[in-house]
Amino acid sequence: MNKEFKTIKTEIRLPYELAYGATWTRFFEGMSNQILYGSKCEKCNRVLVPARTFCPRCFIDTKEWVEVPQQGTLTAWSYVNYRYFGQPTTPPFIGALIRLDGTDVDFVHLLGGFDLSDFEKVRKIVKNGMRVEAVWANERKAHIMDIRYFKPLA
Amino acid sequence: MGKAVAIIGVGQTNHGRRMDVSYPDLVREAVLRVYEETGLSPNDVDGVVSGTMPSMMEGVALTHFYFADAMASAGKPILKTETCGSTGVSLAHTAYYWISSGMADLVLAVGHEKMTEGDSQATMTTVVEPWYQRYFIAGAPGVFSMQSQMWSVRYGLDEKKVRDAAAYISVTHHDSAFDNPYAHVKIRVTAEDVKNARVITYPVRLLDVCPNSDGACAVIFASEEMVKKLGLKKVAWVKGLGYRGEEYFFGDSDKAVWQSAVQAAKQAYDMAGIKDPRKELDVAEVYNPFTFQEMLFYECFGFCGLGEAPDLVLQGTFGRKGELPCDPSGGTLCTNPIGATGLIRTAEAALQVMEKAGDHQIPGAKLAFSHAMGGVDQFNGVMIVGSER
Ligand SMILES: [Zn+2]
Repeated sequence: MNKEFKTIKTEIRLPYELAYGATWTRFFEGMSNQILYGSKCEKCNRVLVPARTFCPRCFIDTKEWVEVPQQGTLTAWSYVNYRYFGQPTTPPFIGALIRLDGTDVDFVHLLGGFDLSDFEKVRKIVKNGMRVEAVWANERKAHIMDIRYFKPLA
Repeated sequence: MGKAVAIIGVGQTNHGRRMDVSYPDLVREAVLRVYEETGLSPNDVDGVVSGTMPSMMEGVALTHFYFADAMASAGKPILKTETCGSTGVSLAHTAYYWISSGMADLVLAVGHEKMTEGDSQATMTTVVEPWYQRYFIAGAPGVFSMQSQMWSVRYGLDEKKVRDAAAYISVTHHDSAFDNPYAHVKIRVTAEDVKNARVITYPVRLLDVCPNSDGACAVIFASEEMVKKLGLKKVAWVKGLGYRGEEYFFGDSDKAVWQSAVQAAKQAYDMAGIKDPRKELDVAEVYNPFTFQEMLFYECFGFCGLGEAPDLVLQGTFGRKGELPCDPSGGTLCTNPIGATGLIRTAEAALQVMEKAGDHQIPGAKLAFSHAMGGVDQFNGVMIVGSER
């Protein structure tokens, strides 16, 4: 039974305006000045980045702001080579978990600064545990893409 | 501890690309089958719980209202349970809590998804944190690729061995799907096919990943009194359940030894009195949308030691004739209508201990494990069922 049945094409588009709140407003203002802010929990002593209003484990307000180093170590990466509707970043790209120096959680961003077109070449460059450094955009908008990507350190 | 609860019947749709039916008609297909299987009717049921992935998947919000007619739930208490990929196991948990509390004797649980109608990866990306992470986390494969790397790097696993073990899992699950009349992807693949398939997100290739499926699963849960009243002999008793979540930010918690998976299983084992899962369990339906991740789960669930899974996979320990057969249904790798998938795991576990699994029956199965995970590597749920009260 290969009968074709009718379908309808439809679409939902909704506008949103999301509030950053005080903590993340300050974090993103920091980014526009090439500063990465984390927050230190006084109970578990972890440095969380991006900065948080509260420590999700201890459930207490974090009061101490720390400027986080812009170099770190690659925990894991993902070479993304497929597309979907509304994808904010154009593939191929490499999503990465990066442990910035002096922090206790992984920061999510892109790897870049080298040719991404050929996966086999990428695989020779990118290694778990390698050192990486933030590369800032010339024009910054208090946005996560104020960092263009993290580049491998030779 | 609450009152004893049993699964008394299962209904599944023929999963796949189902553009021959509307979404409500698809849901009703599973509901009709569970009533046909049990000989019960909607009038007999005290309550209905249903669940999906995010509503953006099909573009209709609050699907438990949408399916009120398809589930024949008018005039009854209705609940929705939604925990992303683990929705299905959470549905089983909800039905369990409802009956175990003594508030109901018969509950219908329905999981459903029609993934081919929308854009599944775009939908899943809406689950991700919007300011910091959505730009970099590309749907499910991106996240689970990173997790599989964390795991293999943690234990210094040989890349080729892990690759071979993943291919072994893919080949055997695709073979098993042929024995499951409801499975979606039915193709014969070789290890070479798997290893040479197109890279989706390294190291995950096309045949390491589940499909987008349309499907629904309906399961009826009953109290002990109702099992006796109906005179049922072959039912699947709920022996244990566990559920855990983690922090929201991807990067805040370790995913190589995945604590929500470890702790959810431990809670279920403690309740079921299981000390050595590999010996005591007869079969497991592990939620396995990615071959690599399945191995990580074996370790988190204590089926083997940390870092041991690839060796044991290659020895056939988790194959159909192995010590602990995993996913004899072909699993999530071959069929993934997400909101239904976790409930399908529990349903398949129940079918095994009721000796109703047909061509993929594990002979003599008495104790079966089912599992689902969800979120951006955030949630894990387990339900263990057995043939003995
Ligand atoms: Zn803390």
